[in-house]
Amino acid sequence: MRKKSIDWPDRLTVILIGVILSLIVFITLYPLLFVLFASFSDGDQLLAHRGLLWKSLGFNISAYTRALANPAIWSGYKNTITLVLGGVMLNLSLTILGAYVLSRRNVLWNKMLMIFVVVSMFFSGGMIPFYLVIKQLGMMNTLWALLLPFSIKTFHLIIMRTAFLSLPPSLEEAAQIDGAGHWTMLLRVVIPLSMPVITVIVLYTAVDKWNMWFFPSMFIQDRTLYPLQLVLREILIYSQTDTISSGAATGEAYKLGETIKYATIIIATLPVLLVYPFLQRFFVKGALVGSIKG
Amino acid sequence: MKFNSRHLIDLNKGKSNKVRKRTAPSIKKSRFTLDFSRNKTLYLMALPVVGYYLVFFYWPMYGAVIAFQNYSPMKGIWGSDWVGLDHFVHFMNGHYFWRLIRNTLMLSLYSLLFGFTAPIILALLLNEVRNRFLKNFLQTVSYLPYFISLIVVCELIRVFTESGSPINLLYSYLSGSSGQDMLQQPNLFRSIYVSSEIWQQSGWESIIYLAALTGIDPKQYEAARIDGAGRLRQIVSITLPGLAPTIIIMLILRLGHLLEVSYEKIILLYNPVNYETADVISTYVYRKGLIDNDWSFSSAVGLFNSLINLTVLVLANAISRKFSGKSLW
Repeated sequence: MRKKSIDWPDRLTVILIGVILSLIVFITLYPLLFVLFASFSDGDQLLAHRGLLWKSLGFNISAYTRALANPAIWSGYKNTITLVLGGVMLNLSLTILGAYVLSRRNVLWNKMLMIFVVVSMFFSGGMIPFYLVIKQLGMMNTLWALLLPFSIKTFHLIIMRTAFLSLPPSLEEAAQIDGAGHWTMLLRVVIPLSMPVITVIVLYTAVDKWNMWFFPSMFIQDRTLYPLQLVLREILIYSQTDTISSGAATGEAYKLGETIKYATIIIATLPVLLVYPFLQRFFVKGALVGSIKG
Repeated sequence: MKFNSRHLIDLNKGKSNKVRKRTAPSIKKSRFTLDFSRNKTLYLMALPVVGYYLVFFYWPMYGAVIAFQNYSPMKGIWGSDWVGLDHFVHFMNGHYFWRLIRNTLMLSLYSLLFGFTAPIILALLLNEVRNRFLKNFLQTVSYLPYFISLIVVCELIRVFTESGSPINLLYSYLSGSSGQDMLQQPNLFRSIYVSSEIWQQSGWESIIYLAALTGIDPKQYEAARIDGAGRLRQIVSITLPGLAPTIIIMLILRLGHLLEVSYEKIILLYNPVNYETADVISTYVYRKGLIDNDWSFSSAVGLFNSLINLTVLVLANAISRKFSGKSLW
């Protein structure tokens, strides 16, 4: 009797939760579906349309053929892949080196070194002095300006150091007794035992580099060196689609421009969306490591 | 056993004392050289790392002295004229000072109020999903926006708020406004900024809470059910209290970065029409420095911003140490 009396509000709660969650899923996914539908739509119909889209208006892949014919997309991809690969290698080697040194015990200067590093998390010289340094180093307008100045993220360094510190000291002592030097110890003992945290850092660095746009916009003027995100910004925010749709008449160009915009978003985002579900568990692990230690 | 081990320690102590006494002068003299010869490889390994921080972090920090100068690239840092605190005074008496402070504060507070609570609510909702596949699907979906680049997110915001777009139609229907582009209406900027922040971040930020929820003993729920507690009652009396420690830690961490608004996003979204509510200190630094090339003034504003952020961090840390015994240092 008593059980029945609490069943109703319970069912109501469950229904309410279901409704709210469905709404959240809709709000999260719909913008992406909208872009997908719009990219396949006819330019005229899309411009005339108001409100939500539930399917593509007409079916037209000319936006994709036009977008893919844009050489900037390809050079953007090339530059971004260079940045991702270069960034991962550079950041990983420097971060591992730093973390290894900082995780050693009984080193005279380590405490000083730790302070020297950690200060960077709390204070910085600011945007303009940083910009001027890059300028003075002659790195403007090179991809180096997007790699070297960002080759260590202090936060990543701290995470990695904590992971190295948590390895059992007895293992290292054993290696030392066997006559292993620091390089052997790092390469044969520490790195193989720290693969989970290394994977996390690799993925985070890759995402960072893939999404980078602010500093590229500051340091790179040469369009052939633009990473993908800057190419995207040109196409989206400055609506510079006319060069892509040249060949078509002006009125036509405007209509096509809209759909090309969406097609370009899909082309530039698809790789991430396809890869992400498979790597999700690593990212989640990373998020936990980051927030607990941070 | 006890006696033995203590004896052993004493023995060692005596020995090491003796050794130290005998060789004290030479050790003192060669402490640095000894450490160096023993850890040579380590110092070699540290070299690139130290170099990185010197060049890309400490050099700009030194370069920040141009905030106290009328810096000219021709004369360099050594040759430029010193003006003391002129740029700071100029900034604080400037036309935009209070607007920048107000906007930075308001955006931060709104983000804290809504952006901080959203992931907690999401985690509570997800926790009520019992079907594991459904839960996995929901989690995958909710993390997804976090991986979309800012450029694309800002374009989505623009597409969905321009006149004739879904959100704009809904808004003008509800408010009876004329339906002009929402990013051209200064009074809407904060809502757009914060809600898009929630859209992109809250799924990702719920991860930590979901992890904390797995730590709650299922027996508590069983006991509550036997006592006749419904779903809602269980959420309020078991789940929320179980989450409280995590919430407090996350709140403290967040408070430390209270005034750090995402200037990259604002730069992509703002325009002269909505500067009134959108322009914050860091975007002002950007505009003054990189667009107007007023380097010294911009550096001064940037330094001001850094100092405020540091103060907030120290304060948040002090508060946290007082109330929870946890601190960053």
